[in-house]
Amino acid sequence: MGSRIVSFELCGREVEVLVSPMATLQSVLRSQLGYTGTKEGCRQGGCGSCTVLVDGEPMMSCLLPVEDVEGRRVTTIEGIAPVAGLAPIQQAFIEKNAFQCGYCTPGMVVLTKTLLDHHPSPSRDEIIDALGGNVCRCTGYAPIIEAIEAAAAGATTDAGRDAGDWPDPSGER
Amino acid sequence: MAKLRGTGIAAVNYPTGMNLGGDPSQALIHATTSGSFVVALSSTDLGQGLRTVIGQIAAETLGVAADEVVIDTADTDTGPHCMGTFASRATHRVGNAVKAAAEEARTALLEVAALELNAPVGGLVLDGFGNVLVAGDPGRCVRVAEVASKAQFEYGRTISGRGAYMKPKSPVDPETGAMDPDSTEAHACTIAEVEVDTETGQVAVLGIRSAYEVGRQVNPALVRGQIVGGAWMGMSHALYETTEPYYPNPDHKPKDFSEYVMPGPAELPEIDCVVLEVPSSTGPYGVKGVGEMTANSPIPAIVNAIYHACGVRVDDLPVTPEKILRGLEAKWATESAAAAGGR
Repeated sequence: MGSRIVSFELCGREVEVLVSPMATLQSVLRSQLGYTGTKEGCRQGGCGSCTVLVDGEPMMSCLLPVEDVEGRRVTTIEGIAPVAGLAPIQQAFIEKNAFQCGYCTPGMVVLTKTLLDHHPSPSRDEIIDALGGNVCRCTGYAPIIEAIEAAAAGATTDAGRDAGDWPDPSGER
Repeated sequence: MAKLRGTGIAAVNYPTGMNLGGDPSQALIHATTSGSFVVALSSTDLGQGLRTVIGQIAAETLGVAADEVVIDTADTDTGPHCMGTFASRATHRVGNAVKAAAEEARTALLEVAALELNAPVGGLVLDGFGNVLVAGDPGRCVRVAEVASKAQFEYGRTISGRGAYMKPKSPVDPETGAMDPDSTEAHACTIAEVEVDTETGQVAVLGIRSAYEVGRQVNPALVRGQIVGGAWMGMSHALYETTEPYYPNPDHKPKDFSEYVMPGPAELPEIDCVVLEVPSSTGPYGVKGVGEMTANSPIPAIVNAIYHACGVRVDDLPVTPEKILRGLEAKWATESAAAAGGR
């Protein structure tokens, strides 16, 4: 089985990339496309630091053959922020000091994005459930939960769109 | 079978830095042509906030705004020597080196500013907003950026500073074992509240509340972040984490970190702290170290709380449900034997 070209939508633009068989989305994002915001933690689906959105749903990109996203819509941490400035979720993480080393942060922020898209006002238990697959070693989770609560209370994910030129979360342009 | 609650307490005195063979750190600072200051270090920021804290110390000493300071920790091959970021030493050791370097760079800056303002060096002050002023003469001032530019293009001078701090090696007295092992000590006391399920042996940590004395806080938000994250990590060490968990058959042991047991957000207790500041005499602006110690006192506090709750004293970590159930069985067996003997 030889290399083949895979095309998909990445943070609002069409990409085509020549990939080896069974290359993961994570390795292609980082090594071939230069999207290094998506981190590589355990490479076995155990830590969530590689979380990206595929058609709006969170997926562990370290377990996902890139061929599986052919024709689909992939959003990484690079596509969460408006072109200028920060998304309200990102601002909330800063204000609540919801990171130390930052390695889990892209996965946490991407996960929060989809949580708030589905549940604009999540309960604390819903937040805890959503975080179940994402490991943080530094913060003790408390500041991350506070940041998600603040992002939900202060602004929906729509609010930041007025601040700049946003990638359309529906993917319809 | 019941869910029993208990409270435990533990305290820690934590040394800042180490001293097994001398403990040095060094720093170099120079001004760019635009008047920002680059602090070159080999000290690594691994998430504890070293770059932020060191930038604050440099800015405070230089007399410029914090966003005018760039911390360059890019390369341990080319940077000035540092023993490393461990033993809660960086804010103290590296901070002292950076403070010394910043003092020298500040003097170099003021010497050029004195030429530019035609005023004695001793009569100049920095306002912290990027200006050098002649004290008592508000009309006479010059931008730091302009001084930095002119130093290089008109006066042919550098605006730079060198800093070193070393805790000298302290030999051990062979007769008494006495030595001087650290530079200062921070202190903490933790109260943990737990609930032990006597049917399953599981422990829920309900609260970890601590008082800390950490010297001067350079950045209170980062100090709190260390304390809250450290409390969680202490709970994790107390109840969950081990690379060699006990299994009847070793073939069933975890093979990798995906099977390594840690608490998640669902196990998060209420964590709170108060912070007291008693400045140290040896740290820059009175700092001590607050890093590793934050995962210390929660551990014995939780173990003590378990004993208070159910009367089982476990003395090896982690305190797994199995150890608690075995302890309860032994305790009940002893109690019923005593009751039978008493009849």
